[in-house]
Amino acid sequence: MDKEVLRELRAISGAAYVLDSEMERYAYSYDSTPLYRAMPDVVIQPAEVKEIAAILKVASRHRIPIVSRGSGTNLSGGTVPLEGGIVLHMSRMHQLKEIDTDNLTATFESGLITADLHREVEAVGLFYPPDPGSLRVSTMGGNVAECAGGMRGLKYGVTKDYVMGIQAVLPDGSIVSFGGKNAKDVAGYDITRLLVGSEGTLAVITEITAKLLPLPETKRTIIAFYREMVDAAKAVSAMIAARIIPASLEFLDQKTMKVVEAYTPLGLPLDMAAMLLIQQDGPASQVEQDVERILSLCKTSGAVQVDVAKDDEEGEKLMSARRNALSALARVKPTTILEDATVPRSRLAQMVTEINRIADHYGVDICTFGHAGDGNLHPTCLTDERDTEEIERVEQAFAEIFHAAIRLGGTVTGEHGVGIAKAKYLDLKIGEAGMELMKRVKAAFDPHGIMNPGKMFAKDARRRVVIQTHEHVHGN
Amino acid sequence: MNTSMETKQIDPFLSIEREKKSASHAVTFDLDELMNCMRCGFCLPSCPTYRETGKEMFSPRGRIALMKGMATGNTSLLSDEFAQNMYMCLGCRACETACPAGVHYGRLVEGARDVIEAHKRKEAAASDQPLTLTRKERIIRDIVYKKLFLYPKRIDRMGKGLWWMQALGLQTFADRTGLMHILPKPLANMQKAVPKVASPRRRKARQPLVTSKRGVSRGRVGFFTGCVMDVLFFETNEKTARVLSKVGYDVVFVKEQACCGALHAHSGESYGAIALAKQNIEAFERANVDFIVNNAGGCGASLREYAHWLQDDPNYGERAKAFVAKVRDISEFLAPIDDLPFQGTLDATVTFQDSCHLRHGQGIYRQPRALLERIPGITLVELPHADSCCGSAGIYNITNFDRSMRILDDKMIEVKATKASYIVTANPGCLVQMRQGVVRAGLQGQVEAVHIIDLLDRVL
Repeated sequence: MDKEVLRELRAISGAAYVLDSEMERYAYSYDSTPLYRAMPDVVIQPAEVKEIAAILKVASRHRIPIVSRGSGTNLSGGTVPLEGGIVLHMSRMHQLKEIDTDNLTATFESGLITADLHREVEAVGLFYPPDPGSLRVSTMGGNVAECAGGMRGLKYGVTKDYVMGIQAVLPDGSIVSFGGKNAKDVAGYDITRLLVGSEGTLAVITEITAKLLPLPETKRTIIAFYREMVDAAKAVSAMIAARIIPASLEFLDQKTMKVVEAYTPLGLPLDMAAMLLIQQDGPASQVEQDVERILSLCKTSGAVQVDVAKDDEEGEKLMSARRNALSALARVKPTTILEDATVPRSRLAQMVTEINRIADHYGVDICTFGHAGDGNLHPTCLTDERDTEEIERVEQAFAEIFHAAIRLGGTVTGEHGVGIAKAKYLDLKIGEAGMELMKRVKAAFDPHGIMNPGKMFAKDARRRVVIQTHEHVHGN
Repeated sequence: MNTSMETKQIDPFLSIEREKKSASHAVTFDLDELMNCMRCGFCLPSCPTYRETGKEMFSPRGRIALMKGMATGNTSLLSDEFAQNMYMCLGCRACETACPAGVHYGRLVEGARDVIEAHKRKEAAASDQPLTLTRKERIIRDIVYKKLFLYPKRIDRMGKGLWWMQALGLQTFADRTGLMHILPKPLANMQKAVPKVASPRRRKARQPLVTSKRGVSRGRVGFFTGCVMDVLFFETNEKTARVLSKVGYDVVFVKEQACCGALHAHSGESYGAIALAKQNIEAFERANVDFIVNNAGGCGASLREYAHWLQDDPNYGERAKAFVAKVRDISEFLAPIDDLPFQGTLDATVTFQDSCHLRHGQGIYRQPRALLERIPGITLVELPHADSCCGSAGIYNITNFDRSMRILDDKMIEVKATKASYIVTANPGCLVQMRQGVVRAGLQGQVEAVHIIDLLDRVL
């Protein structure tokens, strides 16, 4: 990077927070997505919004790419600096500014860790429901930029349902605020919603106001085992038809159960095709009533075995089968590729069948678990990135899985975002005209194309899930 | 110690040289282990250096990524900056507990230090004036890793020297006259926390075999004394043997046991660690014991690595496995025993600071807490972030003094808030650090730092 530009950046943020040695840049060349890597030219850790505005002015003038990043836990390659440039690491901007107990909102800087927000609001009897798997590590800015989901999506929705206001910096350095604490607010276009899930391609999100709920009084956990995936799916439909919306409604397929059981023995019956984990929360009397009805619906839909956890501790133990799924799978092979193809919940069983057929056809190892209640599946491929021939087959298998999801009325990504990983498949979902509109929206925010370039919109037409290590040499 | 008791042995230094020569392969990274990291980042909040700096390269994920980069051909990453980063890691292994994929981070960082030291040696051989190894650093490393910790007798002599210094009041003299200012700050600070060591006469009076006080013997325990433990906390070691004998075991102070090798393994001197491992395996084989019990979390974690260190050794591989199968931490050993013969009570509030290598290295954290709760009269208050390193971290409080003290001072604020009158530890390094923390926080007379055995010995 140009020495003069570096000097300008150091003057803005201080030399200690402008990192440009090879080691420092290397440590920001990746995120949690397997197989992607690209070197940034410089990493900056800003302390406040004014710094970011000044940095973006410099970047705009010199047409330097900007990649804003929290803890780098996303699974779509969203924070890999594909075209080099400046990585803005938001770790220093983690202040929780306010919990407003009158308006039930929280306002915080975007570097706040999700679990820290949970802890603080729960301490005053409030509740921020979205709980992505990485919540102990991820930042709220990252959750908003990717529109993170989690296990409570069915009843409580996802990140976009809780963001009421956003402060952001546009590429030209102007600071803008949309939305706020008003429950009703139709002043102009809903830019707040547009920025949620925009993956850093439009603006840098610096401050967020989120909606809070009262913390549910109690919760109960149920576990049900099925010989056929179809029966498990029937149970899901039966619950919804009976107007019961559980807080969590998760499933594991047989392959995942086997791996989980080998990792932490829970006594799972491994001859079963699927298990459902159901958690309901709310006022104690209502939860009791729901649990009784859920139990009977599980049985009538063909469950071979149904159990209710005695207490929270046992409930957590049962839920750990689901929480440990990725950990357990990650230990089997060196490379774990986790996807998030999603279908309407009525198509769940069909989609699982399709995934198994496709995995067999390409001879790859795919275990599936996920959020049964909202049709958000996590087909997870266990492979080794050093085996290029196998990786080629993995690529083909995932391509077919995404096509299958679309055929069933689903989408290519439920909660991980498009990033690089799904960029080649985005048009499958939104079509040519939709793509053109999105590109025009992008250009309106970012005329010079410096915001997280290479994400969301694929540069070439060849579809592929995984690319070889993407070594980027820029400037110098 | 009696010289005639000493069996004839090969000089450990020579056996290290032999280890070096016999290693046909170059010192490299374990790519298979590096591949197990899926970069999920779950380790980040558990890492003391990431929490402090907020910088990715100072996280376990960052360090692994750098190692993997080098292992896959980005050799330019092997720089002084990288070396500093690898030594900035406390080696607390809290990330291993947090890791969903079961990555053996401790082994990886030790491997990286091996690569760094091998690289320095190569550079030193190629040039008269190696850039990366200062003369001072070379001398210190030489003393610590080649001249001192390989030789138990020399450590014993150091203990005696320390006693003489304390007995003659040299320490107070040095303190008062300001002579202590000559010492580097870390050492000057630490000497205040060093306990009164046992006299040479007391050391000489140690019984090599302490028999069961319960009439019958439940088994034969080989006691691994640990070198720092045996110099600084000789009495705690005596108490450990006494407690075991009261519980019903015969306890052997095994002759010819050596340093566990942790210091060498953590510092890129794996050849030294392997030589020491072999020496210990032989010594405990000769002693013919049922269990190998230790009371130092750091040593215990290292002893359990022997099977890994020697996995490819045709002569020692299986013997190392047999050795590891017998290793027990004292809390792990005592906790399952139902009939501990408690005699007294201890009406006090205590709190427990985990030893990182006991908790994260060996997965032992319930047992010491369970033991403390069984002491009649005691109130155990859980210390917030007890599982987070106190900053002692081997010799980290000497090599990275300022950062270590920042970590310690934060820890002492939490200790004070528990209102405990004892802060209980399970490793000598933590114990010295906690003693230093008590002094720094001005809590002398209110809080006492002790080893868990010190409390158990009072009531058993």
